[in-house]
Amino acid sequence: MNERGRLSYWLRIAAAVVLFVVLVAIVDASSRGAFLEPSNIVRVLRQITYNCILGVGQTFVIITSGIDLSVGSLVALTGVVAALFANSVHLSGFPLIAATLAVCLAVGAAAGWVNALPVVKLNLPPFITTLAMLEMAVGAAFILSHGRPIALQSTAFQNTGIGSFFGGVTTALHLPNVPIPVIWMLVVIGVASVLLTRTRFGRYVFAIGGNEEAARLAGINVGRVKTAVYMISGACAAIVGFLYMALFSAGSPQTGTGDELLESIAAVVVGGTSLMGGRGSVIGTFFGALLIGVLYNAMNLLNVDSYLQKVLLGAVILLAVVLDELRKRYLAR
Amino acid sequence: MRGIGKSFPGVRALSDVSLTLEAGEVLVLVGENGAGKSTLMRILAGALQADEGEILINGSVVRIGTPQEAQRLGIGMIYQEFTLVPQLTVPANVTLGAEPTRAGLIDASAGRARTRAVFDELGLELPFDVPVSRLSVGQQQLVEIAKALATSARIIVMDEPTAALSDREIERLFTIVRRLRAAGTGIVYISHRMEELGRIADRVLVMRDGRVVTQRAASELTTDEIIAAMVGRRLESHFPELPPVAPDAPVRLGVRDLRRAGFSTDVSFSVRAGEIVGLAGLIGAGRTGIVRAVAGADAPARGEVRIDGTAIATGRVGAAIAAGIAFITEDRKAQGLVLGMTVRENVTLAHLADFVDRDLLVDMARERTATHRLIDELQIRTPGTEQLARNLSGGTQQKVVLAKWLLGEARVFLFDEPTRGIDVGAKSEIYRLMVELARRGAAIVMVSSDLPEVLGMSHRVLVIRGSRIAAEFTRAEATPDRVIAVATGAAA
Repeated sequence: MNERGRLSYWLRIAAAVVLFVVLVAIVDASSRGAFLEPSNIVRVLRQITYNCILGVGQTFVIITSGIDLSVGSLVALTGVVAALFANSVHLSGFPLIAATLAVCLAVGAAAGWVNALPVVKLNLPPFITTLAMLEMAVGAAFILSHGRPIALQSTAFQNTGIGSFFGGVTTALHLPNVPIPVIWMLVVIGVASVLLTRTRFGRYVFAIGGNEEAARLAGINVGRVKTAVYMISGACAAIVGFLYMALFSAGSPQTGTGDELLESIAAVVVGGTSLMGGRGSVIGTFFGALLIGVLYNAMNLLNVDSYLQKVLLGAVILLAVVLDELRKRYLAR
Repeated sequence: MRGIGKSFPGVRALSDVSLTLEAGEVLVLVGENGAGKSTLMRILAGALQADEGEILINGSVVRIGTPQEAQRLGIGMIYQEFTLVPQLTVPANVTLGAEPTRAGLIDASAGRARTRAVFDELGLELPFDVPVSRLSVGQQQLVEIAKALATSARIIVMDEPTAALSDREIERLFTIVRRLRAAGTGIVYISHRMEELGRIADRVLVMRDGRVVTQRAASELTTDEIIAAMVGRRLESHFPELPPVAPDAPVRLGVRDLRRAGFSTDVSFSVRAGEIVGLAGLIGAGRTGIVRAVAGADAPARGEVRIDGTAIATGRVGAAIAAGIAFITEDRKAQGLVLGMTVRENVTLAHLADFVDRDLLVDMARERTATHRLIDELQIRTPGTEQLARNLSGGTQQKVVLAKWLLGEARVFLFDEPTRGIDVGAKSEIYRLMVELARRGAAIVMVSSDLPEVLGMSHRVLVIRGSRIAAEFTRAEATPDRVIAVATGAAA
């Protein structure tokens, strides 16, 4: 980083912090202190959990300059398959949870593998192959569930879906409980971040997104790495499918097929990952998801009309990427 | 241009640069990479803004804020990297951005007529209705020139136009340059090739470190003087002395009956330890295809590649690297480097497995140490290991590519156009390095379109024509006329 780069980096951080503090203060004052309530903060985290986990998987794909449009549908499919599986096996307690999660992950990763196959072998654009998977997965979810939510017979999943962690500790400290899905999100972020920044695989993901031919000529098995990123994205969708199933005590073919796909991509892009590939981070995606979550939460607290909320969200996404582009131009000058 | 100055973060790219260009004159601009030639020309073409100084055309001061304004002022720029749209046809590219229209729609026949007129003016004969992607690199270069002329440019800037051209295509280009000059066009010609200077230059302007060092009539300067002005010191000899190959040196690289996919000719050759073999030939003769097949970058239709007697799996880069083959590609930006990655990340990319600790994480401290060692060894001019490859000059980038391959213990080095587009100083450093590798017992294959380079740097020269070995010369036998005669098909 040169001098101007370093300066701009710190300026950006400082500007972001100042802006954030000012906004938080305004919103908190307008909502009479409800915004900074610990319970509200936890609520925001719980709300962003699902899109954030989808975004983390998507981050890997987008850094290789690909895209995965199938994640929302895969949430539905894996949730339905998991519910059917849980209702049909004679297991209970932790073994049931573990086996169901394993089935979920297997389905999600397998779908990711299928997504990658034509991309790797025939060099087809991932936009098309994952769009096809989007349709197929949601169709399969409807077929398997006959179009109705499949209620879980076991109560083993309740804690995963709506329970919290460190219950005793947080209660003793008069803090709100941390929901288990939030713990899942933090674990996924941690593992994914290490994978992306500290391992060979992660380095190869960036190299392929930056210059695929140079990566290939450096002896990197490009096909294998690309396959892995789509499988990771599928597995992240599976985790979300699993968590939603646990939350609702049912696997529904409609879960995940709403705003999830586009809002998770928005989180990735707002978080600074380039759609052109070669640049990005999992932590950025977390902050992208957080920004969107905080925005929604603040607008709710301030009783902003829900249609207007959509308009404002879109404007914020646009502003975020415009600012990022202007910063890059300033650096390149 | 008068008193031009320009700074980038941390660098003073140009200070107080002035140059004049007469109508009907060829001004050759030379200087090492990073001397500021391209920056100066980008300012003239409106792609960059000067911090200080002014530009005058026909005596009046002009402001050139954008490339469009430059075009309107009659300045045509031919960049080193092509600016053609590969899918569009030749006329569509030539008239791009200035398409003739009728009733708001593109008038294709007027566009063709205008293109035809420019071609006639230049004496060009090129296929017309094909996408430019089907043309050879040399032909694309000519289309690029036609495109600059179609805007009726009075000043044309050519940035290393011959870098990708074969000798015959260079001749054609020179004919065109002379014709333009005769018609009163002022031409600024940037080049690294000394032998071109004497043939077309009216005046030579030498730049170093963002300043003009010399500006004189070409007839008053010798090649040695120009080189000395460029590097600021006198270069004794262009090429280092080649160490002799030991008579009992073992065969390191053996290629037998290698046939490229889609071709019907085979090549067989071998390279001994400590030997440098040059592959000469015209552009499109198949030299790059041959080394790509050896390196595993393309799968051959048949044939085998042996390293120290052991056959390796063909068509797989990973297998070739594991066997000790290093392939330094012709286009460093497209194939050699990940520009958005740091020097360190690029250097370790092909051997990252060696930097993974037992905890499966990449050890960045060790990466930095190794990169530092190579930065020192190759004298790579970078502020540090964490500099992005994008921010380095061409010669420095090429050294980073070399560092990448020196990191492993490669025994066979395949160089494809190793010095294309880099300055004299970096060139001789790369030559010295090749000699050093040979001295350590590596087998080296070098593809080059620069004839003096092939002759000066090879123990043996293989002339490639039509994807096969048309002739083989020892160092003593290889003379320019012999090699060219075979390469062009004038002799067998």
